[in-house]
Parts: sequence; structure tokens; C-alpha cells
Amino acid sequence: MSTVPRFWRHIPQRYNLVGTHCEKCDEYYYPPRTICPNCRRNAKMEDHKFDGRGTVVTYTTIYNATDDFKRQTPYNLAIIELMEGPRLTGQVICSPDEIKIGMKVKPVFRILGKEGDRGIIYYGTKFVPVEGSA
Amino acid sequence: MRSVSIIGAGCTRFGERWYDSLRDLVVETGIMALEDASVSGDEIDGLYIGNMSGGRFVEQEHIGALISDCAGLSRLHVPSTRVEAACASGGLALRQAVLAVASGYSDVVIAAGVEKMTDVTGGVAADALAAAADREWECFFGATFPALYAMIARLHMHRFGTTREELAAVAVKNHHNGCANPISQYQMEISVEKVLRSPLVADPLRVLDCSPITDGAAAVVLAPTEVASKYSDAPIKILAAAQASDTLALHDRREITTLDASVYAARKAFDQAGLAPKDIDLAEVHDAFTIGEIVAIEDLGFVEKGEGGRAAEEGLTAIGGKIPINTSGGLKACGHPVGATGIKQAYEMVLQLRGEAGKRQVDGAKVGLTHNVGGCGGTALVHIMSR
Repeated sequence: MSTVPRFWRHIPQRYNLVGTHCEKCDEYYYPPRTICPNCRRNAKMEDHKFDGRGTVVTYTTIYNATDDFKRQTPYNLAIIELMEGPRLTGQVICSPDEIKIGMKVKPVFRILGKEGDRGIIYYGTKFVPVEGSA
Repeated sequence: MRSVSIIGAGCTRFGERWYDSLRDLVVETGIMALEDASVSGDEIDGLYIGNMSGGRFVEQEHIGALISDCAGLSRLHVPSTRVEAACASGGLALRQAVLAVASGYSDVVIAAGVEKMTDVTGGVAADALAAAADREWECFFGATFPALYAMIARLHMHRFGTTREELAAVAVKNHHNGCANPISQYQMEISVEKVLRSPLVADPLRVLDCSPITDGAAAVVLAPTEVASKYSDAPIKILAAAQASDTLALHDRREITTLDASVYAARKAFDQAGLAPKDIDLAEVHDAFTIGEIVAIEDLGFVEKGEGGRAAEEGLTAIGGKIPINTSGGLKACGHPVGATGIKQAYEMVLQLRGEAGKRQVDGAKVGLTHNVGGCGGTALVHIMSR
């Protein structure tokens, strides 16, 4: 079981999709990076809040999960490309028949999971289809 | 740099070894390798042990000292180092041992790998394996290890037209090979229909697309090539030992249907050996999932990108085919005790190159390649060896 700070320190990034942007090479990073792999030492990084709308690059539907996610099965997991370019991994809330490569999605704030019956309940971003895109 | 050879090899039977602990498995394989090499304990200069997660699987860390101790080497105070790169821990141990001998720092070195996975329940094992992925930005959102490979498979199918049946053909071939391997966890033939009827794990991957939870250990003994014939009448020369890394998370990769770490490690290995993919007689590749073998044979240059799917179905990768892949049964059928896998691949190659692989022997095998992946491509190791 983890301590509260482990979850708490990522609240801005996970609740509000705050990532980073390198002013030097104009590349966006989510999940956030401290060091820009393009510019490394010469990077000039700033925080950037992503809008969160994006496209499904690839996906799966999980039927056999780890203990913490067992109650949620089956659920869709996708790699989503945000409009600014970076990609992230997240759940897409829709039926397994509905999700498609190329589908447009938008972010929603949800409970992501809990650590056992008495552990921490943690929150963050999931995604839902943008209507009419499928 | 000195040339390095394998002078002995051993591997336990792979499977659910309920009567044996991690310590028992290591001792069993260590004795086999040392007897094979006819080396005595006081000649050993060092040990490198691949182990992914003793801490999660048996609640034991400090595996290096433990293994030196269990092997009866504690009074010789031999340096023993545990190395970790998730499922590539074994391959990493091999490369570290090669570097130690090649540099002249050590002479006789053991590279071993071990994982005891069945002392915890399935859910705990799945979570321990998920730690090979990015805990904060993949697993936190519900990613499992099969799910990441499933997303590679989905895009490969979408982009190259790879079919569900082609994925299944990899499992069918590897189970067939496993039947001819006495150490293999599964000794049963399966059919494409059986794979397609097995339960979904992470769509499109099903249970029979996945390597199992396995207990096992393997070890090889290395020495400088110039003295190898003193120990063994059939030493196997290591022509290349290459390693590469990439982003931990799948979503950060340049390309999802290619493991760049495999591409770079292979490029370096072929360069070191002065060989090309066409010079390789057989290979053991990292088929933790059926899609893994398809992507691997593309990334290693045995087939064009996008054509890996057809290889197993058309018999290209069967024993007797153009490039036999995973004659041991691979991770899929022989089993995947994560830290041991990279060393087991070397063990299989030693048998094949010595001509001692029995019913699964590849005729005239002279040059072999092993390919071991950590996570879904954060680390890759490629070794090339010859008789």
C-alpha cells in the first residue's frame, strides 16, 4: 500500500493534463518531462496545460487485469495522440465494439482506481468518444 | 578486447516447480553448467545473475550474494552481481559477463538467470510483471503487460493486414518445437482453432498468445577463447554482444509496431560480428506474446517490415524452414521465467551449435542469434554466436 504523497504529487498533471513544452524546439511533452530529449542541456522547459482532445492511435480491451483493476473489466485502454503531438496511455469509456483506430476522444475527470478496500482512492483523466466521430 | 567463448551451459526444467525454491533452482543449474564446463569453484572469477524481481516474487533482494552463497562460493569471496532489465535481465547478465572476460578483468565467469514466479498468486505476479512498464504513466491508468503488446498487435494488424490466424500460427509452431524439448514447460501440440477459442486476455491477444508464468534457472560459463579448448571440446564463440535502450513507455516511442531498441541492438551486433541477417542459421527471439515474435523477426532483419505475420503460417520460421525461430519452444511454450530467459536462449543456442539438440536439431547450424527484450522494448539485447 502506498503513501498519500505518491498520488498527491501528480495531481496537477493527472487532473488537469499539465505537461511541458520546450520553447527552444517547440516540442510538447505529456506525460511531462524535465529534460527535453531534443535539446537536453540547452532546453527551455515550461509547463503547458493540454486541452486533452485527441485521436486513438491504437487500443485494446482488457479482460484480465491486475487486482486493483479487476472490478473494472472489461475496459478499453488506448494510446491517444493529443492535438499538440504527444501521446499518452489512458482508458476510453465506451463499448469494446465502439472503439476504433482514428476515433476522436475528449477528456473526462474520473475515479481511476483504489488500492484495496481501505486504501487510497485515486482520480485522474479518462477519455470518452467525441460524438459523431465513430 | 579478447574474444570470449561459452565453455559450459546448463538449464533446469521449466515449469511450475512447486517443490523447489529460487535457491534450489540456481544450485541445480549451476552444477549442470560447471560440470558441463569441467570447471572447479576456485577457478571462478565472478558471477552475473539476471533476476527481474526477487523482491516481488519471493520477497528476497540481494540476489547476488545469495546465489554465490548457495553455490558454495562464499568462502572464496567471489564477486557476484545481480543485474536487472525486466524480462531482459538474463541477456543483460550474459553481456555483462562477456564484457568482464573480454576486457581482461576476469577469466572464468558465470552468467546465470533465475526467476521463481509461482510462490505468489496470479494477480501479484501480473502486477510484478507490469512493473516492467511505466508504473506512473501506463500501469496507473490500468495498463497490463499483455495490454501493451495487444496495442502493438492491433496497430500491426491495422497497418500491415496481419491476421488473427497468423498470430496463432506462431503459438502453434512454438508449441510444436516445445514438444521436442525435454526442459519445455508445455509438451503439447495446439491448433490455430484452439488458440482462437482460448479466453481473451487483452483483445486481440488470447491466453494462448501469451507466455506462461514459469519457474526456472539457466547458466553458462564463459572463458577467453584462447583457453576455451582447455575446458571444452566444443566451445561456442560469442561473435557479438549488443544492447540498446528506448523509452520506458510504449506511447513515447517513435513507432509502435517497431521496437527500435531491437533494431539498434541488432545493427550493432551484426556490425560487431561482421555478418548480416542472411548469415544467421537460426534464432531464439523474444516471443513473450505471439506478436513479439512477428515484430522481432522484422526488427532483426529476417523479413521485411510488415511481413512477419506470414512467416510462421508459411513455414519460413519452422525447423527446416529458411530461418528457424525459437527451436526451444520460445518463451511461449518452453516457458518464461523472466530473469532466466536470456540465458536459456544462450543454452538452446549452445546445444544447437554443438549439434546436441536432438529431435529439434537444425541441420548444419553454424551461426545463431539470441534476442532478449525488457518490458515492451525499453531494453533489447542481441547476441550472435558460432561453433
